[in-house]
Amino acid sequence: MSILKVENISKSYAKHQALKDVSFEVPKGCIFGLLGPNGAGKTSLIRIINQINGPDDGKILFNGDPLSSKHIAQIGYLPEERGLYKKMKVGEQAMYLAQLKGMSKSDAKEKLKDWFGRFDILNWWDIKVEELSKGMAQKVQFITTVMHEPEFIILDEPFSGFDPINANLIKAEIKRLAKNGTTIMLSTHNMGSVEEICTHIALINNAEKVLEGSVKDVREKFKEDVYDLQFKGDMLAFTNCLWVNFELLSHEKVDGSIIARIKLLKDSTVNDLLNTVIPVVEVEAINEVIPSMNDIFIRVVENPASDE
Amino acid sequence: MSKVKLIIQREYLSRVRKKSFIVMTILGPILIAGLLALGIWLGMSDTSVYNVLVVDKTPELDGKTLFWKEFKPTSQIKFQYTQDALTNAEFDTSAYTLMLVLREDIVTYPEAEMVFRKLPSLKARSYIKGQVEQVIENEKLKIKSIPKSDYDSIRTDLEIVTVDAQDGKASYKQEQAVVGFVFAIMIYMFIFLYGVQVMRGVMEEKSNRIVEVIISSVKPFQLMMGKIVGVALVGLTQIVLWIVFTSILTTVVSSLFLSSITAEGGVPVNVQMTEQVAQTASEDAMDQAFISDIFELFFFQIDWPVMLSLFIFFFLGGYLLYASLFAAVGAAVDNETDTQQFMLPITLPLIFGFLVSEFALTNPEGSAVIWFSQIPLTSPVVMMVRVAMGFDSGNIWQLFLSMALLVGGFLGAVWLAGKIYRTGILMYGKKVTYKELWKWLRFKS
Repeated sequence: MSILKVENISKSYAKHQALKDVSFEVPKGCIFGLLGPNGAGKTSLIRIINQINGPDDGKILFNGDPLSSKHIAQIGYLPEERGLYKKMKVGEQAMYLAQLKGMSKSDAKEKLKDWFGRFDILNWWDIKVEELSKGMAQKVQFITTVMHEPEFIILDEPFSGFDPINANLIKAEIKRLAKNGTTIMLSTHNMGSVEEICTHIALINNAEKVLEGSVKDVREKFKEDVYDLQFKGDMLAFTNCLWVNFELLSHEKVDGSIIARIKLLKDSTVNDLLNTVIPVVEVEAINEVIPSMNDIFIRVVENPASDE
Repeated sequence: MSKVKLIIQREYLSRVRKKSFIVMTILGPILIAGLLALGIWLGMSDTSVYNVLVVDKTPELDGKTLFWKEFKPTSQIKFQYTQDALTNAEFDTSAYTLMLVLREDIVTYPEAEMVFRKLPSLKARSYIKGQVEQVIENEKLKIKSIPKSDYDSIRTDLEIVTVDAQDGKASYKQEQAVVGFVFAIMIYMFIFLYGVQVMRGVMEEKSNRIVEVIISSVKPFQLMMGKIVGVALVGLTQIVLWIVFTSILTTVVSSLFLSSITAEGGVPVNVQMTEQVAQTASEDAMDQAFISDIFELFFFQIDWPVMLSLFIFFFLGGYLLYASLFAAVGAAVDNETDTQQFMLPITLPLIFGFLVSEFALTNPEGSAVIWFSQIPLTSPVVMMVRVAMGFDSGNIWQLFLSMALLVGGFLGAVWLAGKIYRTGILMYGKKVTYKELWKWLRFKS
């Protein structure tokens, strides 16, 4: 069951096409990474999902219903360009934003006190926003995004500007929310955090979706029968024995051992490789090389054709 | 509570709670009342006593020079007579405050010289002038052997009362136009003041980057209208508070002044003078006529309920029109310096309207006034002058047309501004041109 279904969305601004026939699904309860280089159309898509802009073409289904204003309260949004009213007090501001999301005053107060307690910032309630540091303000922004307990949370570049401690705090909160059934979509350039927390991704490049699926499947799909073989012995003899069925991609020396990256050619298997090299060198370890999201990202973006 | 109401509430409270609002609200009336008090004080405070040395150089006739002991002293102005002038240095060290030198041939060449250490007040000067003129007039009457009673009966003081041909009543159009002009100035000022506040507010939201968070909860149009209405309420609050405070302060100040004057001298100084001087008495009668004119103007010629409700209508209409344009400018630019190029086309018609309404003072029924009281960009300012002058059944349609056009005008402006606003608030780091704005207008929602 998917919470969000994006169907054939297109959007242009004057002559610039921001999105071209983009479709994908976000499964319920997952942490979904919306990836893509700068200017690919991520923010345009996010704004359409938030009903800030409308699409030229296509539609979006939220829990199976066409997206409408009644869904605003079920979505939490932390934009990339985010800020707060500088002259307002933190608590007052959070209350205002909560009520704009449709919460009642008493409900908003209760939930906010909860969240402020969890982040240990209850004493900020009466401080003016302009007195907060950037990191402090971002904590407040995160709270105002999630306080109304939306089913679906969209975070645009959530980790930019956070120090590692706060970034970890936010990551932990994201995971906790997902565990409790909230679906989270985040757009980021930080591929490390994608691997760490995302379960699914969609990759957009040049206004088009080029990749979609669970992180595991995507990485599976991009692996190329490459193995790292660690051994002790003569590198020249090792190279000579590989001959026809294997390709030596690279090698490096580590603490007296050699790690060689080898691609299996034709129908050869790991067993074939081991049978070939064991007579020549002393094998210490062998691992399959699974491409990182970073590798995949760069490969797809820099060389779109190779993906097809 | 609806979301627009929440926005209005925030916009309103955040401004009304500001120190600058509170300071302005209190300071404004104090300034107005202070100026008023200063005016009253200046008018009444000339309590200095003038010791005038009259140097009468006219030849002696029947053992007496022309002006010898002819002037009537008052409690403030005393006269001493001599035939020989003091030198300026002697005068400087003397006990006299003024030295009036009357030349030998003053009857033929009416010119006198007044030497002073401290410039005498206008009141004192005109009193002395009146005294000299009276003596010369009497002398001339004597020369031509005209009895004084004949002369008094010949002297004429004409007053022209303008009468409107339509109702045959005395017309006060000119004076009414002045009252209207005061309202026009107020509308002009408030549109500028609060229009710019809307623009600043929009720019603040944009540069704070809060705007995208908000418009994920409400429609951009709701946010814009919430802000415009919120600021309008701030404006109305300020106007009402000013009116209340000013009237309280004016009452307090004027009653304080009046009581202090009666306490001091028993009878106000100028009343004492009028008892003594027939001429001043007649001037005072004219003053009273003038005062009753103003009274007539304020209480009978100007229809206050209509005036005030139309003032509110044209203020709100003009404000909504301009504020939405200001909001569009605020949304289109990234910082204050970029506002210049877009501000000009907005401020020009407003200033132009102000000039036309000034022109309306001298020519209230000129065709420029009639035309620009119809165009929505200038009508809120110009129409106030015409409203004060009143309409009759023949041209009342012009008022209704102007009101309808203003409503249409602000709806159009709001629509236009909404389109620019929607695109502009999410556009960062781009130098916006008119061509770009035109493109935004054609984006689909």
